[in-house]
Amino acid sequence: MSEQTCIIIGASHAGVNLAFSLRREKYQGRIKLFDADPTLPYHRPPLSKAYLTADDPIEKNALKSIEAYEKEDIEVNLGRSVASIDEKNKLIKLANGQTEQYTDLVIATGARPFIPPISGLNSAQHLYPLRTAADVTKIKQAFSQSTKKRVVVIGGGYIGLETAASLKMMGATVTVLEREERILARVTAPEMSEFFQQLHSSHGVDVLTGKNVESISTQDCLNTVRCADGDEFEADIIIVGVGIRVNTELAATAGAEIENGIKVDESAKTSLPNIYAIGDCAYHYNPHYGRFIRLESVQNAVDQAKVAAAAIVGKETKYDTLPWFWSDQYDVKLQIVGLSQGYDNIVRREEADDKNKFSVWYFKGDGLLSVDAVNNAKAYVIGTKFIKGRNIVNKTKLADSSIELKPANLLP
Amino acid sequence: MAQITFIDLNKDSITLEADSGSLMELAVQNNIEGIDGDCGGVCSCATCHVHVAESDMAKVGEASEIEQDMLELDDNANEFSRLCCQIQVSEDLDGVTLTVAGE
Repeated sequence: MSEQTCIIIGASHAGVNLAFSLRREKYQGRIKLFDADPTLPYHRPPLSKAYLTADDPIEKNALKSIEAYEKEDIEVNLGRSVASIDEKNKLIKLANGQTEQYTDLVIATGARPFIPPISGLNSAQHLYPLRTAADVTKIKQAFSQSTKKRVVVIGGGYIGLETAASLKMMGATVTVLEREERILARVTAPEMSEFFQQLHSSHGVDVLTGKNVESISTQDCLNTVRCADGDEFEADIIIVGVGIRVNTELAATAGAEIENGIKVDESAKTSLPNIYAIGDCAYHYNPHYGRFIRLESVQNAVDQAKVAAAAIVGKETKYDTLPWFWSDQYDVKLQIVGLSQGYDNIVRREEADDKNKFSVWYFKGDGLLSVDAVNNAKAYVIGTKFIKGRNIVNKTKLADSSIELKPANLLP
Repeated sequence: MAQITFIDLNKDSITLEADSGSLMELAVQNNIEGIDGDCGGVCSCATCHVHVAESDMAKVGEASEIEQDMLELDDNANEFSRLCCQIQVSEDLDGVTLTVAGE
């Protein structure tokens, strides 16, 4: 029996996948997962979608069954928060004062919702972020107890919009308040913002832009949300989806280099010996785009877990995955490959055979950066191939819906 | 109750029983190597690709359009390919065999 111990702080997509990847890499040592969340680790993306709308128990969304952890001899310590890392003595200290020795430590602490400094927010009734299963349980409870079911969603990003769509389908009256001039402003082209704006309108959700929430006042369980322009909205439930703060504190206090997250090298190692960081909290280099980035996605969590696991068992490894994402709202499936930041021109492609499908292709000059594919998995996979292959795409052909979407048809 | 057999990446044959849920969920909960189901079963990641035994194709059915599109450029895809998050367990599937498609 090996005397090694790998401790993983954070048991969500990144941490759990790391544990199982280590066993797949034939790691013989002890594996111990710690998380403050008491729930058996679960898939997060369904929280704002199927888990919110359906009555399934959270176990249905478990990342792995209890038996799977037992079978792989992975110790899962839930409801246990870690207070500090002592990197000199290679141990972690738990909130209850107990210490645990490690050979390798993986920080997969993710992020927490950012709660903006809005006047009156702390005394608002039924105001929730949406990141954990417990958040959703509270939202569901408040929802079932509310008679009028008026929901204000602060923030028109993916979380806010997905939650708006789900609550609308459950019968709520939903208003989304976005501070910027368009929804999804940070992550998509105006064409996509316009599409989602109309999608929500057509389902009866009010999506209002240029609405900077200034204060919330609450009387007898009724919240009034006030914007800087003077508009007011009554809300029985408020959802806050305005972004996150990265959980870097443990790593920072231990002395790890922090930038926009915990800085790691290509094998997910931090600046401290035998300490790795993966998932939402890791600030890493992406070779496809030639810059350091931090990603909030399942793909990044899972793939960095694989890289870190390989590195822990001593393999030469390098994180070089092309990022991908998805969002489901109503019956619309959005699939995204790549990062569009820095684009200077786009091609919008419709499909002749199906008016519900389209795709937006982001370029910098002639270089393809990213594709947003709406109900169009084919555009998504072809975009993936082109970005990976650094292919130069014939934009005229791409924009022509009479030309079938096939790799051979789109190259010059 | 249906008995489903997976042949994993190591060519090991594992037979499981299930009443409900998708075949991806069944495989993930039982650590079938090569079935990851990273997206949680919404046909977004193609990490649950299997080949259905030819004789079971009638029982299981062909891939839907989105499955075919997701597998469009996958070298391992063939006419027996399915993304098993899109296959719901039912009595009708009793006895089928699925081979995990390689990477």
